Amino acid sequence: MEKVTLRVFRGDKTGGEMVTYEVPKVPGMVVLDAIHQIQKEQDTTLACRWNCKAAKCGSCSAEIDGKPRLMCKTSVDEFNGQPITVGPMRAFPLLRDLVTDVSWNFKMAAKIPPLQVLPEMEGKPFVLQQVDVDRVQEYRKCIECFLCQDVCHVIREHNRKDAFFGPRQMVRIAGLEMHPADRINRREQLKAEAGVGMCNITKCCTEVCPEHIRITDNAIIPLKERVADDYYDPVAGLLRSIGVLPREKKAPFNSVPNEQTKIAAQGTGKKGG
Amino acid sequence: MESFETFEYDVLVIGSGGAGLRAVIAAREAGCTVGVVCKSLLGKAHTVMAEGGVAAALGNMTNPDGTKENDSWKVHFVDTMKGGAFLNNWRTVEIFTKEAPERVLELEQYGAVFDRTPEGLIAERPFGGHKYRRLNHVGDRTGLEIIRTLQDKAVGVGMTVHMETTCTRLLTENGRVTGAFGYYRDTGNYVVFKAKSVILATGGWGRMYKFTSNSWEGTGDGLMMAYEAGAELLDLEMIQFHPTGMIWPPGMRGILVTEGVRGEGGILRNSKGERFMFNPKYMPDLYKGQFAETEEEASRWLEDKQNNRRPPELLPRDVVARAIYREVQDGNGCEHGGVHLDVTHRGEAYIKRKLPSMYEQFHAMGGVDITKEPMEVYPTVHYTMGGLYVHPETCETSIPGLFAAGEVAAGLHGANRLGGNSLSDIIVFGKRAGEHAAAFAADHAFGAINDEQIAEEQDYLTEPLRASSGESPYVIHQELQETMQTNAMIAKTEQTLLTALTKIQELQQRAKNIKVAGDRYFNPGWHAARDVRFMLRTSEIIVRCALERQESRGAQWRLDYPNREDATWGKVNLIACKNGDEVKIVRRPLPEMPAELKALFEEGK
Ligand SMILES: Cc1cc2nc3c(=O)[nH]c(=O)nc-3n(C[C@H](O)[C@H](O)[C@H](O)COP(=O)(O)OP(=O)(O)OC[C@H]3O[C@@H](n4cnc5c(N)ncnc54)[C@H](O)[C@@H]3O)c2cc1C
Ligand code: SF4
Ligand code: SF4
Ligand code: FES
Repeated sequence: MEKVTLRVFRGDKTGGEMVTYEVPKVPGMVVLDAIHQIQKEQDTTLACRWNCKAAKCGSCSAEIDGKPRLMCKTSVDEFNGQPITVGPMRAFPLLRDLVTDVSWNFKMAAKIPPLQVLPEMEGKPFVLQQVDVDRVQEYRKCIECFLCQDVCHVIREHNRKDAFFGPRQMVRIAGLEMHPADRINRREQLKAEAGVGMCNITKCCTEVCPEHIRITDNAIIPLKERVADDYYDPVAGLLRSIGVLPREKKAPFNSVPNEQTKIAAQGTGKKGG
Repeated sequence: MESFETFEYDVLVIGSGGAGLRAVIAAREAGCTVGVVCKSLLGKAHTVMAEGGVAAALGNMTNPDGTKENDSWKVHFVDTMKGGAFLNNWRTVEIFTKEAPERVLELEQYGAVFDRTPEGLIAERPFGGHKYRRLNHVGDRTGLEIIRTLQDKAVGVGMTVHMETTCTRLLTENGRVTGAFGYYRDTGNYVVFKAKSVILATGGWGRMYKFTSNSWEGTGDGLMMAYEAGAELLDLEMIQFHPTGMIWPPGMRGILVTEGVRGEGGILRNSKGERFMFNPKYMPDLYKGQFAETEEEASRWLEDKQNNRRPPELLPRDVVARAIYREVQDGNGCEHGGVHLDVTHRGEAYIKRKLPSMYEQFHAMGGVDITKEPMEVYPTVHYTMGGLYVHPETCETSIPGLFAAGEVAAGLHGANRLGGNSLSDIIVFGKRAGEHAAAFAADHAFGAINDEQIAEEQDYLTEPLRASSGESPYVIHQELQETMQTNAMIAKTEQTLLTALTKIQELQQRAKNIKVAGDRYFNPGWHAARDVRFMLRTSEIIVRCALERQESRGAQWRLDYPNREDATWGKVNLIACKNGDEVKIVRRPLPEMPAELKALFEEGK
């Protein structure tokens, strides 16, 4: 029977190594199937994440031959019988084997103020044309696999998690900023803590997005332009204020980021037992 | 007893799928502190995988003559009861169909961006068993839109999220629930949640079958935690086999092909090229005269839904699944033992716009271009209609302080769920569960946490690590899947069910002697050891209920009792509960539908 050879990272915070496994090949096999095969038949302690096995949930992110990809969307046939290297995402702290601590992403997401509906659209069905929602729907396809976060050099090489929310959150903010019903001006946050200026448009994030969201062109660049307009084009600002240019429908930034939601950390509960 | 940490919330929500998140929002808006626990990361529950749409009678769609389709909660009510073969709780269905439109529009206010009609309203697509176009959707990723919307909203209202934390036991005091015990997936450390009320929103259980659309989470933990605590379970025999799962390649077997494909005009054919759903032998009496009788009418329906009837591919799921099963049994199966599902006639551009993730799924992972060739499909285990008995208004289970909503709860779908009704189920009853759990919390103080229960559970959990020798949980799981797949699938008889039961009992004995390697630090083998013991008990109850119900109705198809027995079995639900080490099953009469609702079935004719 034909075999697939995998070199899988095994280890935890304290270190680790690549371990070689061979599994029988089945038609239509994806890398995730091979990992599951190892888990079932060779080593039940091999840690990985998965849920849908259909590229819909964004759980099974890993680096396959060094490239950030979904394990469930990567066919073993692509590798023409060569050994396949599977490792965890490198931009996040390792927990074990293929599993990393991605909680930072959820913490940044909690800082983004949710949608606030324009008063004239509140409490009744929206009337919107498909063309008006196409763009926003593109952002909303995001499955939160965090592969874009993993590949972005600002996060990966420079570990500037303190200064940049990362491409995933840019996509999310773009989805809110361009939502036809949203009334919050998100540019101050974008420029300050979200750090849109940190991105230097390398487009690596767009390349790895399994949902084919054009992250750089359609989300980040338009956001950068909006921020630039507000901050660096005082003339336009003046013309808007005296009514020569149309006024922005959006209210100024008037919302405090949400502080009530916590991603619970272990060890923060009361001791018991 | 090993030490653990404790968190306290007014309301604890176990599960962060749509039902859990909607409950969080409601409980929070009622002023409670809320903690939510989930086995995976936030946003990865089954809800994210739902494709086709959310059913609610908004009546947005326009006929060719410019009038609106005549949809209303009443028609949705009739469709849901008929689809469920009248085993549904009428009151649950009434609440559901009345409140679903409001809940969907509320999602829009939370930020969901649905596909639009030419008039700018939410677009609705046809689906099996629904008389009118009623599935509000976003391409074929409706579940993603819903879970992300609720996730963002819940983050906005404030909650504490315990991700990758698995609850394994409900803690009780004098019959009332007072909290839950669990472990962290990464460190394996223990945690206790103390709460005034608890909501189970743990979803369904398909993992005891070999081919299923469910993820690793679908092991029935929530159901079994409640069962162990003494809760009543309702109609567990009712498991939905979705007619169209992928059958090839083997690596993809069981993965769902959305009913949206048929909603968009997808055609089923056998190896002879016959469009077999037109065969009159598959048409149930209840639906006679309501579906297209020629292929010409079915294709005219694509453009003109007012003057033509729906194609028979859009019969309820149980009917279509049985038809596919019979075609294959009769030797009309295609290359890999399934049937063809063809949507190529809708054209590449349309398919890519309306079914983008199906296109991608087959293209990237199945090597099939669905705009040019048919898919091959076969039924896959998909959904659990049965579950915890809950009160129709309050979602309270038979245990005080314990509420349930979403797929883990029962009563709405009867013997067969209509597509799209689950996504609206989770928002309608998620909200209700949140409100009523909050009300309970307002009326009650925290109960006591029983250390004995915790010690017992810790001991049970660590047994497989302490054992010096024993079997792998994966081997037991695999054998369970084989027997359930062979003996408790679409078509059952007393004999196959008894075979399954014997095997399950054997496995239950063997499961007392499981051994797993390693420690508790992110160890999937250790997690599997607990899961498989939950699944064995769940399977036992499924099989016992299927044996008990000696008739065929909805998803329950007994070859030895092929008829629907309305006078007897049509009047009872099966209730299962714990009786020492035994499963006790009793028949409970269905509540009688009031006359004004009965009259709706006449109006519709
Ligand atoms: C592939 C697929 C496609 C579908 N398509 C549609 C569709 O188009 N329309 C439709 O209406 N329905 C559809 N469904 C059904 C629908 O998606 C589900 O029934 C629904 O989403 C269930 O929601 P829920 O909130 O009840 O549970 P889930 O979304 O399953 O969430 C369960 C939650 O409980 C948590 N949990 C479970 N056990 C534990 C434990 N022991 N401790 C802690 N947490 C736990 C899980 O981590 C998870 O967060 C589809 C289902 C699938 C699988
Ligand atoms: S384009 Fe910007 S966000 Fe994307 S990878 Fe490059 S620097 Fe990072
Ligand atoms: S934007 Fe794309 S790559 Fe980034 S998290 Fe979302 S789906 Fe993944
Ligand atoms: S398992 Fe869901 S994206 Fe891979």
